[in-house]
Amino acid sequence: MTTKLASPGAPVTFSPETTHDLEMTVRDLKLWYGEKQALHGIDLDIYQNNITALIGPSGCGKSTFLRCLNRMNDLIPSARAEGEVMMEGKNVLSKQVDEVALRKKVGMVFQKPNPFPKSIYENVAYAPRMHDIVSKGKEQDELVERSLRAAGLWDEVKDQLGQPGTSLSGGQQQRLCIARAIAVQPSVILMDEPTSALDPISTATIEELMHELKRDFTIVVVTHNMQQAARVADYTAFFHLGEVIEYNDTAMMFSTPDQKKTEDYITGRYG
Amino acid sequence: MAQSLDDISRQLKKRHRKSARMKWLSMAALILAGTFLLVFLGDMLVKGLPAFQQGYIEVEVDYSERAAELPLAAVEADYRDLVSRGYLRLIPGRMADDESLLGTTQTEWVLADDAVDQYLKGRKARLKDKQIEVLDRLAEEGRAELRFNTGFFTNGDSKLPEMAGLASAAMGSVLVLIVTLAFAFPVGVMTAVYLEEFAPDNRFTRFLEVNINNLAAIPSILFGLLGLAIFINFFGAPRSSALAGGLTLGMMTLPIIIITSRAALRAVPDSIRQAAFGVGATRWQTVRDHVLPLSMPGIFTGSIIGLAQALGETAPLIIIGMIAYIPDAPTSFTQAATVLPAQIFTWAGMPESSYVERTAAGILVLLTVLISLNVTAVYLRKKFEHRW
Repeated sequence: MTTKLASPGAPVTFSPETTHDLEMTVRDLKLWYGEKQALHGIDLDIYQNNITALIGPSGCGKSTFLRCLNRMNDLIPSARAEGEVMMEGKNVLSKQVDEVALRKKVGMVFQKPNPFPKSIYENVAYAPRMHDIVSKGKEQDELVERSLRAAGLWDEVKDQLGQPGTSLSGGQQQRLCIARAIAVQPSVILMDEPTSALDPISTATIEELMHELKRDFTIVVVTHNMQQAARVADYTAFFHLGEVIEYNDTAMMFSTPDQKKTEDYITGRYG
Repeated sequence: MAQSLDDISRQLKKRHRKSARMKWLSMAALILAGTFLLVFLGDMLVKGLPAFQQGYIEVEVDYSERAAELPLAAVEADYRDLVSRGYLRLIPGRMADDESLLGTTQTEWVLADDAVDQYLKGRKARLKDKQIEVLDRLAEEGRAELRFNTGFFTNGDSKLPEMAGLASAAMGSVLVLIVTLAFAFPVGVMTAVYLEEFAPDNRFTRFLEVNINNLAAIPSILFGLLGLAIFINFFGAPRSSALAGGLTLGMMTLPIIIITSRAALRAVPDSIRQAAFGVGATRWQTVRDHVLPLSMPGIFTGSIIGLAQALGETAPLIIIGMIAYIPDAPTSFTQAATVLPAQIFTWAGMPESSYVERTAAGILVLLTVLISLNVTAVYLRKKFEHRW
């Protein structure tokens, strides 16, 4: 059952056919960079153990939106956000929520693979040790192995854990970054165009990995690649000029879009 | 109408000639600069290298009871004027240290007087005809020669040119640089970390940045005045001490360390910071665990260059009194000390030719140390350079 909307640009939510628990609910999220408003009142529900894709043309605010979910925008001095991003009954945008705690709960994978210039082992072990999730020694070794396995990288790197993470190939580096993100045991993983810097084979590997990961994590992925959204996402939101034009079940979105703009975009008329 | 290739070539000739002329002019400038450098180095080498050798003569030293009272008596009358008075003065002390010497007569190579040293190096020396006669005979018998001047590196300054060495000034320089580094490195790096990683980008921080850059260009003698006013007059640090000197040079080095550290921190790509923040690191954890380790080679390089500059600095130290005559190496940070360039400055004011040669030799030593410091800095930068 999808909610049909009369006018484009109106707040968009929908109820999925199968019931999922809500991981995060975003209500009337507005964001300014200095004087310029980048997000104009976003409403979006993020469902647990699902992959939500955010698509849209460049500069439409999808990455900005993604970065609101773990408050990475706080690092930009001119950015100012208003509205609600509810998680576990708290508005994570409010000062009561520590952004460091939030980022432990909501991990992130970036567009360009950015492993720390340390060993593969250290890349994974650093954050859990910092958060006191594990102590040094056997416990830490196990977590590193578990995380690398979950990221599908263990078999490739198990004999070279001491090598620098930056010596791996681009696709491997990105999976190392995924391993690093899941090692702190977050609930949500945000992925900001995780495959845009990778070749098609590495991209396919990461997409398969995302299917595996959604059993344990909620994934929100920004992508420029509509085929990718169609392949991996359960739900897709179409952003345009800082607004959500349409948010729907992915299959529905790509077969029978409600909005003219969505249809134009996914059929390649612009963007 | 389009020009033919020939027409264009004819016009081009003039332009090509001008181009060639400019090439030769710029090359001439380089050659001129290189020549100055070579002349300077050559002059220092010609003047300074003799100072690394010192005249010695072989004489019989009589360690008698009388010599303990009157050191002159230890050497035969003929040779007395040829032997360094500084050496003779040490004889009673050596006899007190080693009692087995008492009553023996030893044939020893003994440090010669300054005049003998200069004569052996072929310079005009204040020697009487009779002394020259004796010296010539000794030289013929192979009992007078030039040897490597270890005293130059083990002795402090002295009023006797043949005894004067760099050791106390070198020790002073080491103590001063330790204080400089201990003060300027942590303060400079933490300032850079604050400005680069924590401070908001606003008018105030930009104002600070401009002023730090200006500070690096202030004439160093002003830092001497500041050091005199603050460290000596206000905080009461002992005059001429390595403590006061080191802190003064530390203030002078601070802007260099801040500027180079900031550049090194800025060179760390933002993606590393994002990665650290993304896994829930606090700002300080991000800086300590990721940004600082990556920028350390750059910070070290900048600090070494700052230190090298401090090592060669004289003007501010003259103001706080580090130009004193220091025969004994200082053993603490509060003792009166002098530094290598100040020692060179002192010697440069002396008329004796052996001080002139020591001045040049001191410059050679200082240059060697400075070049090694800079080579270390370049090596560090090359070795740990990180490509992104």
